[in-house]
Amino acid sequence: MDIVLMASSLPKLLSAAVITLKLLSLSLFFGIFIGLIFAILRLNKNPMINQFAYGYSYVFRGTPLLVQIFIIYYGLGQIEYFRSTFFWVIFKEPYWCAIIAFALNTGAYTSEILRSAFQTIKPGVIEAGKSLGISKKIIFYKIQIPVAIRQSLPAYGNEIILMMKGTSLASTVTLMDITGVAKHIVSTTYKPLEVFLMAGGIYLFMTFLIHKSIKYLEKKYSFQQ
Amino acid sequence: MDLLTFGKTGWGDELLYATLMTIAVSITALWIGFIFSIIFTPLKLSNNKFLNFIANSYTTVIRGVPELLVIYLFFFGGSGAIMYVASIFGYFEYIEINAFITGSFAIGIISGAYSTEVFRGAIQSIDKGQFEACKVLGLKKYIYFLKVIMPQMLRLAIPNLSNVWQITLKDTSLISVTGLVEIMRQSYIAAGSTRDPLFFYSFAAVLYLMLTFLSMKLINRLEVKYSRGF
Repeated sequence: MDIVLMASSLPKLLSAAVITLKLLSLSLFFGIFIGLIFAILRLNKNPMINQFAYGYSYVFRGTPLLVQIFIIYYGLGQIEYFRSTFFWVIFKEPYWCAIIAFALNTGAYTSEILRSAFQTIKPGVIEAGKSLGISKKIIFYKIQIPVAIRQSLPAYGNEIILMMKGTSLASTVTLMDITGVAKHIVSTTYKPLEVFLMAGGIYLFMTFLIHKSIKYLEKKYSFQQ
Repeated sequence: MDLLTFGKTGWGDELLYATLMTIAVSITALWIGFIFSIIFTPLKLSNNKFLNFIANSYTTVIRGVPELLVIYLFFFGGSGAIMYVASIFGYFEYIEINAFITGSFAIGIISGAYSTEVFRGAIQSIDKGQFEACKVLGLKKYIYFLKVIMPQMLRLAIPNLSNVWQITLKDTSLISVTGLVEIMRQSYIAAGSTRDPLFFYSFAAVLYLMLTFLSMKLINRLEVKYSRGF
């Protein structure tokens, strides 16, 4: 064990943690919207629409995240026409490609979590709203969404942790997140054990923090207060 | 479609072998994972605080750290660690471990952490009366485990094990970083030499989808088989 190397690699890894956190928060931010839209589409009665939403979540949950990143980062640039459009400004950056891939991936999982949360809402709650003469829109925004969010917190917490682990794949498209920096240090020092253990420790600490904050939120928003 | 023909001009046969390799690695990793969970599930359920601590740290650490990092650690650190052990016994030559073995071992350890949690959950949700009845009947410990607890546990565990299998199957794509030629690596090679990444990565996605779809069908059958009588 090379303690000096471990100590000297810590600041580099911690500054890389900022990139990991940026990737995580941006992809979760976009992922929630994608998830919410697709969860609502899933609950639509039109079979065309709900099958489309099901297909989306099936494809993104059934293929590895690595394939998704590679298709977006290496694949899309191949289309001649695509490169001349406005989107190319975004898609030529590995940073945004990674975020788009992560957001689409976590969106698929989030849509499943939210869908099952919407389905577990007791019909009585909605009926109570209707009998009070509240409009459908307000029932949705003020009753269904808050209850669904509370219902889905534990599963969503797991999803955040899975996504945080997923951000390590950004290192495969040249981004210098924690894993990327760790690999870079290893390639210059040839001390894999020390550096990867340090990187693992940082990830573990982040997992711990996410876990604790979700537990806190669950307690705060629990029905029995 | 020319790109997918078999023989020297197309990538069909290479991709077929790569798919078989993915299946082989996933199955090996799943079984290595089962071995780990056979060791750690009893530790998790034991009353000894120290044994509990060991099993909990295994599952928490592995599930809290990115899979890619675990694979890197094994791939770059594995041969170093083995050479260190060998040097204690007086062997100083360079030892290189096969990418298949490191890969399936790394994925197996990850998969083991998930299946340990699944088995623990399944055993804990078996009715307490079952355990007590076995004790009252004076059954030997291994018989009561094999004949009474195991069948009930499998029924409860199979739906969640199918998730573990899906995770394991998808994680094998990460082994491509170690150079093992499975679906992802083969697509990378093909994409590089034909300059057609969009086609090959999309085709890789289709292959993975097919694998997950087929395995879901098989697992559903197993589920039906093990829930006879319920």
